[in-house]
Amino acid sequence: MATLPVDELKIIDFFGPHLAFMHGQSTDTAIVPDKLVKTHCCFCGQQCGIQLKVKGNDVIGFEPWEEFPFNRGMLCPKGVKRYLQGAHPDRLLKAIRRDPQSPSGFSPMGRQEAIEKVAAEIQRIQSAYGNGAIGVLSGASLTTEKAYLMGKFARVCLKTPFIDYNGRLCMVSAGVGNKKAFGVDRAANPWSDIVGAEVVWISGANVAECAPITTNYVWQAREMGAKIIVVDPRITPIARTCDLFLPIKPGRDAALFAGVLHLMIENKWIDGDFIEKQTVGFDKVAEYVKEWTPTKTAEITGIAEPLIRKAAEWWGTAKTSFLMHARGIEHSSHGVQNVLGSINIVLASGRIGRKNCGYATITGQANGQGGREHGQKCDQLPGGRDIFNPEHRAYIAKVWDVDEKEIPGPGVDAYEIFRKIDRGEIKGLLSLCFNPKVSLPDSGFVQRCLEKLEFYVAIDFFLNETARHADIVLPGSLQEEDEGVVAQIEGRVIKINKAVDCPGEAQEDWKLIQGIAKALGREKGFTFQSPREIFEELRIASKGGVCDYSGITYEKIEKQFGVCWPCPSEDPQGRPIDHPGTVRLFEPGTWNPIAKGAGPYYFPDGKAHFNVAAYSPPTEDVDAEYPLILTTGRVVSQFLSGTQTRRIGPLVNQYAEPRIEMHPQLAATLGIKDGDWATAETRRSSVTLKAQVVATIRPDTIFIPYHWSGAKTANRLTIAAQDPLSKIPEYKACACRVKKASEPAYVKTLEPQQ
Amino acid sequence: MAVPSNQHFFIDPSRCIGCQSCVQACSECDTHKGTPMIHLEYVERSISTQTTPVICMHCESPTCAQVCPADAIKKTEDGVVQSARKPRCIACNNCVLACPFGVPKMNAGWELMTKCDMCYDRTSEGKKPMCATVCPSQALFFGTFAEIEALRPRSRPVNEFRFGEQLVKTKVLMMVPRGGLTEVVDVTAAMHGATPQRTVHLDLMMSGVFANAAEGK
Ligand code: SF4
Repeated sequence: MATLPVDELKIIDFFGPHLAFMHGQSTDTAIVPDKLVKTHCCFCGQQCGIQLKVKGNDVIGFEPWEEFPFNRGMLCPKGVKRYLQGAHPDRLLKAIRRDPQSPSGFSPMGRQEAIEKVAAEIQRIQSAYGNGAIGVLSGASLTTEKAYLMGKFARVCLKTPFIDYNGRLCMVSAGVGNKKAFGVDRAANPWSDIVGAEVVWISGANVAECAPITTNYVWQAREMGAKIIVVDPRITPIARTCDLFLPIKPGRDAALFAGVLHLMIENKWIDGDFIEKQTVGFDKVAEYVKEWTPTKTAEITGIAEPLIRKAAEWWGTAKTSFLMHARGIEHSSHGVQNVLGSINIVLASGRIGRKNCGYATITGQANGQGGREHGQKCDQLPGGRDIFNPEHRAYIAKVWDVDEKEIPGPGVDAYEIFRKIDRGEIKGLLSLCFNPKVSLPDSGFVQRCLEKLEFYVAIDFFLNETARHADIVLPGSLQEEDEGVVAQIEGRVIKINKAVDCPGEAQEDWKLIQGIAKALGREKGFTFQSPREIFEELRIASKGGVCDYSGITYEKIEKQFGVCWPCPSEDPQGRPIDHPGTVRLFEPGTWNPIAKGAGPYYFPDGKAHFNVAAYSPPTEDVDAEYPLILTTGRVVSQFLSGTQTRRIGPLVNQYAEPRIEMHPQLAATLGIKDGDWATAETRRSSVTLKAQVVATIRPDTIFIPYHWSGAKTANRLTIAAQDPLSKIPEYKACACRVKKASEPAYVKTLEPQQ
Repeated sequence: MAVPSNQHFFIDPSRCIGCQSCVQACSECDTHKGTPMIHLEYVERSISTQTTPVICMHCESPTCAQVCPADAIKKTEDGVVQSARKPRCIACNNCVLACPFGVPKMNAGWELMTKCDMCYDRTSEGKKPMCATVCPSQALFFGTFAEIEALRPRSRPVNEFRFGEQLVKTKVLMMVPRGGLTEVVDVTAAMHGATPQRTVHLDLMMSGVFANAAEGK
């Protein structure tokens, strides 16, 4: 019964988001912390090393961790203020259940009682409608141990195929593209390879705001002589001083890459020897890009022809290079094609698998990498294995001690889970680390689906917007209240260390999950006593797979400041080895379990694959009725759906509410001035926000950051179109229109972060 | 202890990405918890994302101290200009108005001028200032001349600034393009658009980067 129990404003009154500022012990200038815990930031994929200052059971601040090599003490404002999520007034300290009679809409209940109720509801729904009537939504901000456990829990305990995770909104286009081209899904190079590259190509990545630490690598590369090419519809801070800025029309990236490859071939700026010996599929790609003349490319991408020629020349003639991209090209109904297009220009250049010759997607979430490796994706089993592959299934069945036939087949992507709810096929939902009401496109649809559920249990530390619909919320753990590993942006597995205990009745997420398994009477396989025990099983489960963790131990991670996978425990002949991890992929002569020595790429022939990366326009292109392109993204002070960062006062104060960014030329035609209210409207819905009139965006495009909820959420507007292969939603381009507005009603009732 | 004499503070505004990490970290300092002593300026957000962190430049002859009627602003022997001293400061705002770099701020609640003291509690113990430690773009850098020389071949440090008639020499150094002739950063000239040898397109989006002219409509 997942309708909101009471008026949403009342829920907000009790559960927030409210703002926390420095309080209690933190404000004491004379305080000496009991300990400094070396760990990592809980937010983005950079996973900056940080030391948390702990006094009693509180994190009271931070101290830079300058020895950690990736960030050497550097942090963005989110990392600096992250500790304010601890001892927060909104923290869920008890289990709560939906209660329309209670003023807040919820009443507290004992944790064990709540877990038993959850189990009873799961049992009821499964016996009435079948095992697949329960869906599970999980997340990539969880440690890899938890992500692994969630995949196992859905398949073995709940026996449902329907689990997927919020990385579906984040990493999957890159994942599919990388698997199609390289057979493996991981950043190919360490970030140190950026410094020393002659050309750094950044496509669709607001590096300065979304991957701030990467900025220093890019600037350092330039100090050493690199030319920086940035492709973006906005002049983001990293674009401001780049050497070549290509102001692409959102959703046209495959066209640009095709046009660049066309020029590379025409001018013989390609590595014929590499293409011949190390790759397959070039001819088809060459045939496809023939039609992508500079004129046509300019016409489609909206970038002036001389700039395209210059970019192709710089890229084509460089001796070393690093190409990186992020959601800007991936959040598209042709996201995989965009990614493949970028990989094609990398492969044609032959610059990969060597020092300063690199390619990477910039992961978004804390465990954006690790969270997509070990089985919480709908079609995946641990170790990067495929759920439809009989051998892979047999191996995992053995590790899990179940009959192979008991492991369900592939499920569906996160958005399709909602469509299944809409169609009445999924009746019960369990969510952990996912706030789809804010983060999924066309959020009106998501809300209508939530309302159709017979039973919804959320596990979270704060009552996020989606969890307001829950029948029961189990109080989960913050990152600093548990230990485990994550894989950061370079595929480096690092260790999150516990700083404090869960407060009140809150409990580590993996214990809550195991509690449900026990209450269901399906405890077998869910009796781990610690994250380390889960990790030990995960090592075995990943052994021999593409994402091989078998040679990684907690101790090795601490000793080496992280270990990059693959890190096998045995050599190809099966003899035990002490493997240091693989910092750079695809180095000549390297062995992997797929190619078995045939070559460095993860295909039986050991070769990299060119793929025709065909351009097609965004699913919903502009027209007379909706003449503008809406694109969405982040700001530096907020993170994802804002469950944590919209509760941290100093971060909210930095950029309190979303604004509609538009070019002065557009603003003038609409009669809108900077700071005026404006309504952005699409075929789905509308939002009214203040306008920010800036000359740093294309005049045919508007931008809205997506971290807010309710009346302010950009995702009311976005389209639920998805890439056919990766199923990533098209957040970066849909058709919209804008008009001047007057002050919206929410201003009187809601604080900026609410 | 003193700030080690070989350690210097360098600012490179061309690297600044406006993330405010420096400001947020400053407010975590043990001596002024919750209140930052530095700030970030947008140069002109309507046309550019250019920002610049404003930390104290620690002048050799600090204007703020010179104009203070209460003699509340002191400089340490190692050249760090400190916040106004509590019992002396009369919150007159003279320093706020006089500082050529716009550094001191009046903290109305405390009736006290506060400003960056180069994290004296940290730097005098051999640590780096908090802002320069966390800065993700290293627009704020703390280290030796040898280090900056090796890391920044494109630019070089300058520590003399001209404001009309006034020449100010600072402890903190500003990175300027290496090829340029600048020995002194002529701030007021730059304000009037007289920057020599540079043409800057401020409205880049409109300066011929689109495929066709109709694009912008
Ligand atoms: S959000 Fe990312 S860049 Fe910022 S401190 Fe955390 S890990 Fe580092």
